[in-house]
Amino acid sequence: MPDGTSEFGIGAKVLRKEDARFLNGHGRYVADIARPKMLEAAIVRSPVAHANNLKVTAPEDSKGRFFTADDLSADCVAPIHVVSKFPGHKGSDYPHLANGKLRFVGEAVAVCLAETRAAAEDMVAATGLTFDALPPAIDMIADAEPGAPKVHDDWEDNVILDSRFEENTDAFKESAVSVTRDFRMNRQAVNPLEGGAVLAEWDAREERLVVHSASQIPHILRNALCECLGLSQNQVHVIAPDVGGGFGYKCVLLPEEIYIPWVAMQVKRPVRWIQDRREHLVTAANAREHHYSVTLHADSDGNFIGIEADIHVDSGAYAVYPHSNILESTMAGRTLHGPYKMSAYKVRSRAVATNKPPIVPYRGVARPGICFAMELAVDALARELGREPCDLREQNLVPVEAMPYTTITGGEFDSGDYPEALRRARGLIDLPAIRARQEAGEDDGRQIGIGFGCYIEMTALQTSAAARAGLAAIPGYEQAQVRLMPDGGLEIGVGVQNHGQGMETTLAQVACEKFGLEIEDVAVRHGDTATSPYSTGTYASRSMVMAGGAISRTCDVLGERIRKIGAHLLQCDLSQTEISSAAVTGPSGSVPFAEISRVWYRNPEELPDSVDPGGVEAVSGFRPEPDNSPFSYATHAAVVAVDPDLGSVEILDYVISEDCGTIVNPMIVDGQIIGGALQGVGTALFEESNYDAEGQPLSSTFADYAMPGSTHLPVLRLDHLVTPSPLTEFGVKGLGEGGAIPPPAAIANAVNDALREYGVEVAETPITPRRVLTAIWKAKQSRLSSVETS
Amino acid sequence: MKPAIFEHERMSSIDDVVQALANADGEVRVLGGGQSIGPMMNLRLAQPDKVLDLSRVEGLDGISEAGDRLSIGARVTHARIEDGEVPGTTGAYMQFVASGISYRSVRNRGTIGGSVAHADPAADWPTALLALGGEVKVVGSGGEKSIPLDGFQVGPFTTGLGWDEVLIGFDLPALGPNTKWGYYKVNRKPGEFADAIGAVIIGNEARAVCGATESAPFRVFDIEEKLSGGATELSVADAREILSGHDAGFDDYELQIHAVALSRAIGRAFA
Ligand SMILES: Cc1cc2nc3c(=O)[nH]c(=O)nc-3n(C[C@H](O)[C@H](O)[C@H](O)COP(=O)(O)OP(=O)(O)OC[C@H]3O[C@@H](n4cnc5c(N)ncnc54)[C@H](O)[C@@H]3O)c2cc1C
Repeated sequence: MPDGTSEFGIGAKVLRKEDARFLNGHGRYVADIARPKMLEAAIVRSPVAHANNLKVTAPEDSKGRFFTADDLSADCVAPIHVVSKFPGHKGSDYPHLANGKLRFVGEAVAVCLAETRAAAEDMVAATGLTFDALPPAIDMIADAEPGAPKVHDDWEDNVILDSRFEENTDAFKESAVSVTRDFRMNRQAVNPLEGGAVLAEWDAREERLVVHSASQIPHILRNALCECLGLSQNQVHVIAPDVGGGFGYKCVLLPEEIYIPWVAMQVKRPVRWIQDRREHLVTAANAREHHYSVTLHADSDGNFIGIEADIHVDSGAYAVYPHSNILESTMAGRTLHGPYKMSAYKVRSRAVATNKPPIVPYRGVARPGICFAMELAVDALARELGREPCDLREQNLVPVEAMPYTTITGGEFDSGDYPEALRRARGLIDLPAIRARQEAGEDDGRQIGIGFGCYIEMTALQTSAAARAGLAAIPGYEQAQVRLMPDGGLEIGVGVQNHGQGMETTLAQVACEKFGLEIEDVAVRHGDTATSPYSTGTYASRSMVMAGGAISRTCDVLGERIRKIGAHLLQCDLSQTEISSAAVTGPSGSVPFAEISRVWYRNPEELPDSVDPGGVEAVSGFRPEPDNSPFSYATHAAVVAVDPDLGSVEILDYVISEDCGTIVNPMIVDGQIIGGALQGVGTALFEESNYDAEGQPLSSTFADYAMPGSTHLPVLRLDHLVTPSPLTEFGVKGLGEGGAIPPPAAIANAVNDALREYGVEVAETPITPRRVLTAIWKAKQSRLSSVETS
Repeated sequence: MKPAIFEHERMSSIDDVVQALANADGEVRVLGGGQSIGPMMNLRLAQPDKVLDLSRVEGLDGISEAGDRLSIGARVTHARIEDGEVPGTTGAYMQFVASGISYRSVRNRGTIGGSVAHADPAADWPTALLALGGEVKVVGSGGEKSIPLDGFQVGPFTTGLGWDEVLIGFDLPALGPNTKWGYYKVNRKPGEFADAIGAVIIGNEARAVCGATESAPFRVFDIEEKLSGGATELSVADAREILSGHDAGFDDYELQIHAVALSRAIGRAFA
């Protein structure tokens, strides 16, 4: 366990090593990279949601600069095909370029190449498309039923996977109080600052394909390129340079990551594709769309008996590589219980195919929806029981003495004090003061409300869970390569990818902790398949747990080799040595790393015969033992003011009490939480990818798609519990995604608390002014009509 | 999102601009700050063959006061107005409006002339200036003329500006120190285009404008009458009642937020 003595080690507030280049505009993204004779690509995309008999007419004079699905199939390029092992999962091909059938607006149809992007867009405009439009499947609930327009002709219906999770359903009979509600989280786009970006060329000297891509998963992309293009692994080199945010959008394969490299090989020139914002908002409107019909049961004292639910997840038209299209529906089905104890469970969850872009695991993956449904149901139950929602939560959260705790569906919570996080959030936000303020009323006529959201996040997806699902990328032992450099510094290679998380700093801190190095003496290299160990990449809040663990374990291996050389130089026994402050210390003194390096690299004649020829470079790995996931958790609490005339919601105060285990860098932890929380505010109040009845996207620019901004959160007040995980190196737990999970729940509960006198419950995100006013008017109307009938 | 090919010409005088418009072969557009036409060209919603850049044309930057009139050049940016360059009560009102337009980088480039010529229903100046009253100054093949702001905008993105005319500035009333004004913009985020605007000015006469509609902003005479009659407040319910008499195509929600905007604009005027 870290003792906090290392200046740059675990727990140190180290400024980001990345700051210098990012803050000075020296980052290098794919769009910053130009190659000689490079061509720019623009993509012809489907203008309709659903059609067959697609025919494409190339623009004039476009020979050798225009490519369609026919060209791909003539060259035997294999489509993406991901089918999970879950019984009944319906499989389909995901063609890189649409082949006869169109399945969503924005689906790629043809590639146009020109010297400039503008000229390539001219070719797009000159391309002819004909097709026979079909009625689209747009509504995940109606279109899950037989008779709906079928997204895939050879399927019986649009249900991709129908999962049922039932435990001890007899116990539902014991319930005294039940609340039933419908909840909806609408579709949104992920919107990293940088969209998708690919630059590919065949390197004749290296005899390999070099692909630069804004990817979270360079090694998995290499697998996919080999599988689809029939290349061998040593013929493909993938580089993810600086990546401007990913949030899960870039941990799946984009079709462009296959067809742009293929096109580059055809034209024998570098080809670059940079996704623009409109392309992103149309083709990447692919996250969050869930619907829940929930009944929460409790006994008369408010102890939860269990939950029944029917869940639909709009999973779009295709299964993406490597995570497929059932990740969200199965996670929603299995873990709707959240952090609560219960003894009965009956949940059906359906992943439904629709004529929309394929679903991707956006930051939080399913849990924002799960948390929204569960936490709003808890508040509804509290109202039903006349209880303070916070107290009802405290009563039902898994208590600390029950840890480790096996959930009703077989999950294992490793550690933590869930009720304490709630109590601390309640204390910080000062619940009694808010209740008193509500009593007094507001001078400006607004209504104040307070809401809580508790969640758990399974971090660092474990091998067995991914294997059970049969995903195309199953994380195993994560590896790190650690090399003592000739000057005594360290260079570390990892297969995870840093796209804004500050991992070049935090991963370096792990080595600093182990060896007592200065942070400048440690360089972390990543994002390049040629220089790093294989990895499934960065997603699922896994990088610190897995790559951090791997660096720690590798430092153990390397440390012993360094100590062996040190023991020789100090003329003592290995067991008498230890490493601290970048030096090997023995009874007679110490030898700095620089001296060890000098001997190994420059004066090997001074080495003993017994030296380990493996040298001062090691690769080793880590996986939690047993193969379980560390669970992070938090309580978010929000105070909002609702303007009942305008329906607008302002967040007045926001508190987070969280536990991500041992904190590696407090500033980075806070930054991750704040950024995630603001994305959660986007889900709660702003972001929505709207469609019309024909499946046309209505939110294709930022004029029509509202992003949250810096003014939409007050200064967040963060509080940290630290319960080290027993499963990991240093007790760290994953952290990256959690901030985005509970804001929709906490904010919606606060809005409903504010409007409780109106008898209003919002149950859908984003909570737009129109939705709030409509809810108020509806409540008023139903009150009026109930007065009339009574 | 790259524009279709177009020609760009930096103009040196208004006469050249007018001549170029008159002799236009194909679609020719004037380029002000480029903050509306730029995005439209990038999205290829506008594909002019040629743009005539006003940035070097002299005589469009002025702000001057003469008696009870204010003259403001077409190329005056939102930022200059935000920074208080327009004097007096009119200036205070316009400063308030300008500071709510988008964010500073857009305000640095976007111009008041471009905004009124563009006539986006959700934009601020068309509504704000209609509440002020005054005239639009225009030069065309037929020479210079003035068009009243009342009726200048006739629909969404449509004004009384002829195809060969350039907007060179505005002739606006310099409001007296006792004039009351109130402006209320309903939007989702600071600096976002408006979902609804209420603008009122109560001086020698009372003017009340309902803006950010589906079409052009319009004066609400019933409200003006109440204000002229001494009313210092207007309930949302009354504003709703009055607005529902206008054929603005509002649904219930839109009616509500426009009513709130007007009610609160009046509230601000008398605060
Ligand atoms: C992100 C963003 C947010 C914005 N938010 C707001 C907002 O909240 N409120 C708001 O009001 N506006 C907003 N705008 C628009 C902005 O205010 C623009 O500056 C304004 O609409 C147009 O002014 P411009 O000088 O940039 O005109 P341009 O874009 O150059 O031109 C617009 C149109 O007017 C014509 N034109 C320009 N000048 C003249 C002239 N002198 N004579 C004749 N025709 C002319 C052009 O030919 C073109 O058709 C926003 C813009 C952006 C990019």
